[in-house]
Amino acid sequence: MFLTRHLGPGGWWFLLAIAAVAVAVPYCNLVLPPAHPFHANSYIVSLLGKYLTYALLALAVDLIWGFCGILSLGHGAFFALGGYAMGMYLMRQIGDRGVYANPLLPDFMVFLNWTELPWYWWGFSSFPYAMLMVLLVPGALAFVFGWFAFRSRVTGVYLSIITQAVTYALLLAFFRNDMGFGGNNGLTDFKDILGYPLQAGSTRAALFAASAIALALGFLIARAVTGSKLGKVLVAIRDAESRTRFLGYRVEHYKLFVFTLSAMMAGVAGALYVPQVGIINPGEFSPANSIEIVIWVAVGGRGTLVGAVVGAGLVNYGKTVFTTAMPELWLFALGALFIAVTLFLPRGVLGALGDYVEWMRRQKPDPLAHIEAQRQARREEAESTEHFLALAAQARAEREAAPAE
Amino acid sequence: MTRPAPRPGNASDSILYLDGVTVSFDGFRALNALSLLIAPGELRAIIGPNGAGKTTMMDVITGKTKPDTGEIFFEGAIDLKAHDEAAIAQLGIGRKFQKPTVFENHTVRDNLELALAGKRGPFATLFHRLSAEDADRIDQLLGIIGLAKSAESPAGGLSHGQKQWLEIGMLLAQEPKLLLVDEPAAGMTDAETAATSELLKAIARDHSVVVVEHDMAFVRDLDCRVTVLHEGSVLAEGTLDQVSAEPRVVEVYLGR
Amino acid sequence: MIRFLILLLLGLLAWASPARAQEPDHRALVAALAEGGFSEKEAAIQAVAATGDPSLVAVLEAMGDGALYTRKSDGLVLIGEEDRRQITLIDPLTRETLETVGSREVERVRVNNRLRRALSAAIGAMTLLSPDPNVRSEAAQSVFRSADPEALETLDEALARESDDNVRARLEQARAAALLETDADLETKRAAIDVITARGDRDALSLLVALRASSEGELQEAAATGAAAIERRLKRWEIAQHITYGISLGSVLLLAAIGLAITFGVMGVINMAHGEMVMLGAYTTFVVQEAIRSYYPPLFDSSLFIAIPLAFLVTGIIGIAIERGIIRWLYGRPLETLLATWGLSLVLQQAVRSLFGPTNREVGNPSWMSGAIEIGALTITANRLWILVFSLAVFAALMLILKRTSFGLEMRAVTQNRQMAGAMGIRTGRIDAMTFGLGSGVAGLAGVALSQIDNVSPNLGQGYIIDSFMVVVFGGVGNLWGTLTGAMTLGIVNKFLEPYAGAVLAKILVLVFIILFIQKRPRGLFAQRGRAVEA
Repeated sequence: MFLTRHLGPGGWWFLLAIAAVAVAVPYCNLVLPPAHPFHANSYIVSLLGKYLTYALLALAVDLIWGFCGILSLGHGAFFALGGYAMGMYLMRQIGDRGVYANPLLPDFMVFLNWTELPWYWWGFSSFPYAMLMVLLVPGALAFVFGWFAFRSRVTGVYLSIITQAVTYALLLAFFRNDMGFGGNNGLTDFKDILGYPLQAGSTRAALFAASAIALALGFLIARAVTGSKLGKVLVAIRDAESRTRFLGYRVEHYKLFVFTLSAMMAGVAGALYVPQVGIINPGEFSPANSIEIVIWVAVGGRGTLVGAVVGAGLVNYGKTVFTTAMPELWLFALGALFIAVTLFLPRGVLGALGDYVEWMRRQKPDPLAHIEAQRQARREEAESTEHFLALAAQARAEREAAPAE
Repeated sequence: MTRPAPRPGNASDSILYLDGVTVSFDGFRALNALSLLIAPGELRAIIGPNGAGKTTMMDVITGKTKPDTGEIFFEGAIDLKAHDEAAIAQLGIGRKFQKPTVFENHTVRDNLELALAGKRGPFATLFHRLSAEDADRIDQLLGIIGLAKSAESPAGGLSHGQKQWLEIGMLLAQEPKLLLVDEPAAGMTDAETAATSELLKAIARDHSVVVVEHDMAFVRDLDCRVTVLHEGSVLAEGTLDQVSAEPRVVEVYLGR
Repeated sequence: MIRFLILLLLGLLAWASPARAQEPDHRALVAALAEGGFSEKEAAIQAVAATGDPSLVAVLEAMGDGALYTRKSDGLVLIGEEDRRQITLIDPLTRETLETVGSREVERVRVNNRLRRALSAAIGAMTLLSPDPNVRSEAAQSVFRSADPEALETLDEALARESDDNVRARLEQARAAALLETDADLETKRAAIDVITARGDRDALSLLVALRASSEGELQEAAATGAAAIERRLKRWEIAQHITYGISLGSVLLLAAIGLAITFGVMGVINMAHGEMVMLGAYTTFVVQEAIRSYYPPLFDSSLFIAIPLAFLVTGIIGIAIERGIIRWLYGRPLETLLATWGLSLVLQQAVRSLFGPTNREVGNPSWMSGAIEIGALTITANRLWILVFSLAVFAALMLILKRTSFGLEMRAVTQNRQMAGAMGIRTGRIDAMTFGLGSGVAGLAGVALSQIDNVSPNLGQGYIIDSFMVVVFGGVGNLWGTLTGAMTLGIVNKFLEPYAGAVLAKILVLVFIILFIQKRPRGLFAQRGRAVEA
């Protein structure tokens, strides 16, 4: 199958782990009695569900940064747009159960004295339409932005700064009340999804499982992309963009493809995040949020998809622990993490782990092995030179043998 | 011939045709009304002192730099000014850089696979499967450039000379009609230099090749028509002996 | 302006004391206002006017407004402020508040239209003839607005006496406005319209617009021409005002961005903690002011002169430490530099939050920075003007350092060709540290200036970082003139958009504009072109 073609044993193990989590957590929540030591209360389920959506978001960032060298400092925007699309659906589901009991308009619109639903809210009472928008809106923004940016060859830090400006502009825009997205307060007070109450344990468990499935699917797609020849082109672009062009690859098309795909993944992550935390507000667009995603990936190890997932889990778990125990220390810790990872752990936890395993393997059997390896390499080089010289001589002979014109 | 004779405007029987190409950077003219004609199947060496505009000429042909004025035609009819780097590469112009640039994180085999002629679109590569012929072709190329043993190791670990050959291998994999080779002998030993010139001559038997070089011994080895560039335009053209006898060339190279 | 108002107030207080001496006399005059029929009252009004005493103007005004009452208990005539059938009584001479009574306990002094006219003429006369030129000018303004023909006589009298040119102009305008309400001939009215057109402000415009609507024929034409002329003039002033606001915003952007133009533009280092350097400069100012407040308050007006070098030193040294400690390990890896310095910005913000608290700290303006300057219809506040001057001075100083000092030469050498510079004996590492220190120090200077117009809080820097990058990228990296042009252009564009789109939308539009602009010219306004750029 196309999706599993490049999965490899590590990938299967990872998928298996996600599947185990997707089953175990809802089981611990729904089946085990509260007194049981492994019982997971609904807070834990929502928290872990939130981590899963963050992991999917980190996967999206890793896909473009780790494999194509595009450092987006605005991926939070795609996450938030997906979240808003889901939020709009959930708002429409409230119906006349709002404070103002208006059957047509969400509360904040009634509060603003609006009399009819703005056109861009049309259709959001339909779940399939809303899900389509979850993919299309972030995808379209990424496509339009990328089409301009990559075609004009805006790269490196310039691109990063511009993506940051995009999410900043969206932040300012969504803060405005007359944008029709609830302004400052955003969208909240959701009641139910597809008819199931959001507060119910079973709904939460289902959302958790959905997040796990989305993460697994995202991982499969990302693996399929990075394992294909397209993935090799992406890495080529990352390492030597101009060389890739001279090989005849339209670099901008590749970037556009992977950037749009990544934005859609981020949108899905946002859509799953919103019902689990119960709110979406413009704060999600803040540039600080977007840059935090990057550090998840950096901590886990960019260019390794599993690393992005691990990093998102580690950093967010740290955040949860810190912000409850010592909130004032969290920013110190996060800041120090940024500095330490870039200075001392440029390949992240997974990369360092790989290096360590490699180092151990080389250490053990023979202390002289690396000297022997060097010797071997030199021999091979000499051989290949010889081969080359022989080849050249052969070419010369052939040329001289060729009939003179 | 004492001066480059004004060429008749017959772009049609040429593989590469440059006429009056001018490029300036902040007032500095890197190319100054440069005209050049390469016949199909020709091996041509371009020499000239530093700053003569050799690399800029390559940039202009491969679409990296757009000329301010002038005409550039490929195979007589294709206006290269209207195409970008990727399109020009797909038309069949391959380029080897002065500093060897290979994809260091990819294996040698992957480097060749990426260079291999084929569809270049994102969706084509997403669903691409390596055909048996392609795999054979890669193995054949690995043999030609002598890197069969290193096929599965990352290109970043190769020596300088090996990277040069890998790049030549990638050029061949592209199956270009015209090869632009920038200082292929830079940083090579004498033996390697000799081998490289032999290889280029072999390649020139069924490709058009333009070699930029300022190592005179290497150019003599190539035994081909030579164009001398100076301050962005053609100073002299002919065999190496002819241009070496030209007083203006001597002046440029030796100074006054 | 404020000082002037205080003087005026003092003058009024000085007036108050002799008024007491004349009190019995004045009290009788005030009492007469409530007595007899309308003709007796008119005589009483004229008697009050004859005193020429401005302290009695309030009584006449109250009478015109129907706020003069006779207290039934003792027959005293008092000013009353009515609020929901309760009337607060105020002594018209001493201005003391006496008591609050029900509406049944007092009787309103009645006026009719004839009396109202008499009152406004009397008030006009008393103020137009006041010895104080400011009172006269104010009075002329109010007559201009009311355009009351009854005041013509007094205006003529005032004009005959007037010696102050400014007040005379005001009086002429008031007279012209009043003339338009009479049935004077066309020529006179035309001349009047010319006078009003020459005045050229909003009041003049509304007068002429009203006239255009109410008149016909040639007069209407003249009014329309005059109104159009004023509109054109106001439009020009409006543009000038937008430009000054824009330049002011531009100078703030320039200050915030110019340090970045050094670290990012010249060195190519992405310093996301740049905003925090600005913030630290602002906090240095705060600390300096606190120290002055507690040890030697008279020095307060010079606090900024102490803060400027100190902020430069503090942030400069921190900058050097950052370069040596973090950035030098990351040269050639711009994206990593970006992340590490972002982390640093979080640490610095939190450190300041822990030290100084999360709330805004009070940084005062020295007295020489308060006030405003008016040119025509323009108002420019002094602190904005000083910030403009300061930003240009910083810009000029940086230009000098870059172009005229050996440090600047070495700096340019290192940024253009590091290895070559090293081979020439330049200690490149030291130059890197110094350059980064210079950029950070300049950010600190910006902080001193911004502390005067913005809230000094740990988040101060975050508000400027994106704008600063936009300015540098828009202007063209590595080009200080580009930064200057970029800052001013963005400032002015922003301020021109604001009236149409609102502040937030204007900012969004400017961001979108820059994003699109960079697509068109990825290297900014003043791009460097050539082979070196691509490398």
